[in-house]
Amino acid sequence: MKQGNVIVVEGLTHTYPARRSQPAREALKGVNFSIQAGEIFGLLGPNGGGKTTLFHILATFFSPTGGRASVLGVDVTGQPEAVRQQLGVVFQAPSLDKKLTVWENLWHQGHLYGLHGGDLEGRIKKSLERVGLLDRAGDRVEVLSGGLRRRAELAKGLLHKPQVLLLDEPSTGLDPGARRDLWDYLGELKRQEGITALVTTHLMEEAEKCDRLALLHEGRLVALGTPSALKSQIGGDVISVETPEPTQLCELIKTKFGGTPTVVDGSIRIERERGHEFIPQLVSAFPGQIASVRLGKPTLEDVFIHHTGHRFWVSENGHS
Amino acid sequence: MNRFLLASATLWQRELVRFVRQPSRVVGALGPPVVFWFLIGSGLGGIGTGGGGGNYLQYFFPGTVTLIVLFTAIFSTISIIEDRHEGFLQSVLVAPVSRQSVVLGKIAGGTTLAFVQGMIFLCAAPLAGMSVHIAGFVFMAVILLVISFGLTGLGFLLAWRLDSTQGFHAIMNLFLMPMWFLSGALFPLSGAPRWLQWMMRVNPLTYGVSALQSSFYVQGHPLSAGAASPGVCLAVTFAFSAVMFVASVATARRPS
Repeated sequence: MKQGNVIVVEGLTHTYPARRSQPAREALKGVNFSIQAGEIFGLLGPNGGGKTTLFHILATFFSPTGGRASVLGVDVTGQPEAVRQQLGVVFQAPSLDKKLTVWENLWHQGHLYGLHGGDLEGRIKKSLERVGLLDRAGDRVEVLSGGLRRRAELAKGLLHKPQVLLLDEPSTGLDPGARRDLWDYLGELKRQEGITALVTTHLMEEAEKCDRLALLHEGRLVALGTPSALKSQIGGDVISVETPEPTQLCELIKTKFGGTPTVVDGSIRIERERGHEFIPQLVSAFPGQIASVRLGKPTLEDVFIHHTGHRFWVSENGHS
Repeated sequence: MNRFLLASATLWQRELVRFVRQPSRVVGALGPPVVFWFLIGSGLGGIGTGGGGGNYLQYFFPGTVTLIVLFTAIFSTISIIEDRHEGFLQSVLVAPVSRQSVVLGKIAGGTTLAFVQGMIFLCAAPLAGMSVHIAGFVFMAVILLVISFGLTGLGFLLAWRLDSTQGFHAIMNLFLMPMWFLSGALFPLSGAPRWLQWMMRVNPLTYGVSALQSSFYVQGHPLSAGAASPGVCLAVTFAFSAVMFVASVATARRPS
């Protein structure tokens, strides 16, 4: 397995130009991170947070308006063709030609990457075998289920044996079983081939499976680390309190107990060590004012709230 | 095979396979022009044909061939609009392939389809009472191939810049169809008002249609005197196609 940074992103900014009724939109506002060899790196954030823009820049689909991004030491803007040969890209939107068979799709893909003849045939066979699609090779893509199509997309992206795999929301439209298969397969690729993968997702459970995560919100990186490290940044437990007067009660809690309680989406959110001991104190301090109290271990959603001050899904609606 | 040609050839092949698997496209491209030809041609039977030897159904024949080519070119490039934002083309654009190669493959695919369909209809000319010399036939085949390339290139150029297929239909009705109306396909240049004649003279399609018209014979006489000499027709048609290709490559290279 190779050592060092495979993908490096430095001060990356991107602004979409104004179009007719839409004003110019700043999608990335100075993003920095690097991805090490053999890592499955997750880019988590609500839709509209800048994930897809970042993905498209790394895939050499378009150039950023500022900053730098490189793959295996090669600049994506300066030498896109050199980068492309090393990249396997699986877009969110299906890229298979539905009128063609699975085999034909891979056949054309191989030609685009300079493969041909017997070598290409061998690779198609192998990559279809790996995703368990060899027996469907002669079927037109339009007759395959969503799960099988995704697998074919993966086989297509991996055909030229790229060192780096970029996947944009890979589990879109997959049922839980197919989603699990996909992640098992990614893990296998990482262990056996030492492949480095960048995965964008807006699903918390998917983000949990990544080696490291970057949280992207409104074009900025708000947190970076392993899922467990991110969650442990939050002190102990997360307590949410339902009350008819959240703002007022929040102030009172702050005065009495200190800390940084916040109002998120109409309920009070408190991060606290030993939450089970705190709850009785809290409830007896404000009798009759609390409708319900919930205690939980921090999740990635809590990490998101901790860093942005609002909920993941609310924020999605606000920006998509 | 070098990578440039390998990529172009594979994209070309894909166009053909897709076409064969969608029979409605064959009907869509070949059907309407043939119906137009028969109905319009029969209905306008008494109109003048610019000093040529034939009746209107015969005069209208080369124009119909051009319409078949135009329709096929449009149908084969319209998919670019959807494909560019998502789908097959997206994965082509991140493959290590030059944009010239992609443009060439796509246009060559549409060209082949347009050319073959145009030729099929062209070969039916004797049924309409027209004859062709061997040399004239070769000349027509060359002209038809170059027109097919040029019009597919034009379709590519328009489709790449547009966001929606509705937009393409608007362009087609507002720009492509008038371009065909004013190519000498429907009425000869010689009988048109002066201002219209000028529009026809700057229309590159006029020269392609004229080359086809002047190569047909009806009872020993040329079907039409043509708008220009065969040499000029060939040169203009070639130049048009070359410009369309260069412009398509330039457009496809621009960041989207």
